[in-house]
Amino acid sequence: MDKSIDSNLVRHIGRLSRIELTEGEIRIFAQQLAAIVEYFDKLQELDTENVQPMPHAVEVYNVLAEDKMGQSLSPDQALANAPQRDGDFFRVPKVIGDS
Amino acid sequence: MTDVLGMTLTELRDEIASGSISSQQATKVYLDVVEEREPQVSAFREVLADRALTRAAEVDDERQAGKDAGPLAGVPIAVKDNLCTPFGRTTCSSKILANFKAPYMSTAVGKLVDAGAVILGKTNMDEFAMGSSTENSGFGATRNPWDLNRVPGGSSGGSATAVASRMCAAALGSDTGGSIRQPAAFCGVAGLKPTYGRVSRYGLVAYGSSLDQIGPITHDVADCALLTQVISGHDPRDSTSLTADVPDLPAAINAPPGSLRIGLPKEFYSDALDVEINAAIHKAADTLAQTGAQLVEISLPHSRIDRDAEGKLSSYAVACYYIVAMAEASSNLARYDGVHYGHRTSKDVEGIVEMYSKSRAEGFGQEVKRRIMLGNYTLSAGYYEAYYSKALKVRRLIKNDFDEAFKLCDVVLCPTTPTTAFQIGEKASDPLTMYLADIYTISVNLAGLPGLSLPCGLSAEGMPIGMQLIGPPLGEPVVLQVGRLFEQVSGISRLTPPIVERTGTN
Repeated sequence: MDKSIDSNLVRHIGRLSRIELTEGEIRIFAQQLAAIVEYFDKLQELDTENVQPMPHAVEVYNVLAEDKMGQSLSPDQALANAPQRDGDFFRVPKVIGDS
Repeated sequence: MTDVLGMTLTELRDEIASGSISSQQATKVYLDVVEEREPQVSAFREVLADRALTRAAEVDDERQAGKDAGPLAGVPIAVKDNLCTPFGRTTCSSKILANFKAPYMSTAVGKLVDAGAVILGKTNMDEFAMGSSTENSGFGATRNPWDLNRVPGGSSGGSATAVASRMCAAALGSDTGGSIRQPAAFCGVAGLKPTYGRVSRYGLVAYGSSLDQIGPITHDVADCALLTQVISGHDPRDSTSLTADVPDLPAAINAPPGSLRIGLPKEFYSDALDVEINAAIHKAADTLAQTGAQLVEISLPHSRIDRDAEGKLSSYAVACYYIVAMAEASSNLARYDGVHYGHRTSKDVEGIVEMYSKSRAEGFGQEVKRRIMLGNYTLSAGYYEAYYSKALKVRRLIKNDFDEAFKLCDVVLCPTTPTTAFQIGEKASDPLTMYLADIYTISVNLAGLPGLSLPCGLSAEGMPIGMQLIGPPLGEPVVLQVGRLFEQVSGISRLTPPIVERTGTN
């Protein structure tokens, strides 16, 4: 794989991850992530031409549940850990533009 | 006074059931040890002393009234702090959840409580289960009771330390890449990761959803069998949980395994492995062979371990595991955004996205940030095929190797770790070096198999060495049987670290 993990890529990944990074962190992470990704590149040595991906450890299929009412959290329980509560709502800063 | 601290969980359960000791007395004994020893090892995030004593009193009352208080009645158990409990806090050793009070009970802990157990407290861990040393805890490291300058392993380091240093009768941990088995090996206790889906993950804070399993950390194999049985079973609230019946594991382990074929993976005995551990595992194999078991060489080619040109350890399975785990983690940890619970930044923000970004930057530790970012990277456009998709195919190759191996053997025997417990700080500065501590445990999570670690000796420096037994899917009975057989024949069980001074008789 011929991609380098440079500061710009780290900044981009930081945005995707919604984690604000300092310039110092960006530099350190660039080095560390590059080393780890180079390690990941080892997998290219393996021939996986006709191999099915395996996303699940033990495969179960179509596990369905009946659509009937059961117990759920009350509004007070659900809001108990809210950093900011406004009645029965979680209060948050406004959603603006396209960040 | 009966020697509570010298007993296994099963023995203590029997003593309480017979009435020769009360749960309150036993709980008090453990709480006294916690008070004395906890400052040295820092195994707990939260000790729930008052609650435990109240619960112990309730169990004693129930027994006095002639009621059946359950198969674990009155026994004090600690649980890892990524298991939701509607009492105390559930922090996952992360600042982002420092004050989080879960509104519900995780299924596994609920089963312990229904069985009559007394929950002593929540144990320290690597933050969000990401780590192999418990040094990544947001609240300070836990120390290995065998040598306070060494790590207890991770991510269930608190649980393993609490059991080894006799601060509880047993503990629950979780295992995504070895996080029960590796600390069990480092601390000289037994630990089992069940078959994927055997134990409900409802209420286990998710790290790698296709890899995570909850399991016991105990003094011996019999205790492992009992606890595994109590916490196992189908749960409609976890759609990945298996509907298969749970066998009577404590009964199963006393049945002799019959003609036994033990597979030794040839790729696992390279120069990557510490010489003493290599010798100890082979000695264990010979011990089992003396009982009539047949030793069979098997091959797990995609789990093989090499040294590269620079002398660094190299393993496809480690690369595969970390791609899968980090990808799943990046998704699972997206929920920590400061909206519904957890840390929210108090800085001024221009909008909600900045709130997410600052809250997460402030609340997450470095290793967690690294893994989230790597996960997002491998899943992002342009890289998905090369990394995530590729890793899922390699995963199938790893699983296929085990399927082939289990045609030739009943159980696989191998090391749990490449070294004994390392020094605190030794691997902390290089993430990759830390990841390579998992080389013998991760394939088991990728394949969804049951894996047991139990002590098989001590190194020349006096540190515990763990051996690992891996079974086919739902192979808990055979894995535990062989473990029990080994304990009986070798006499190695209930190792005691120097920090522990036994009270009472013995």
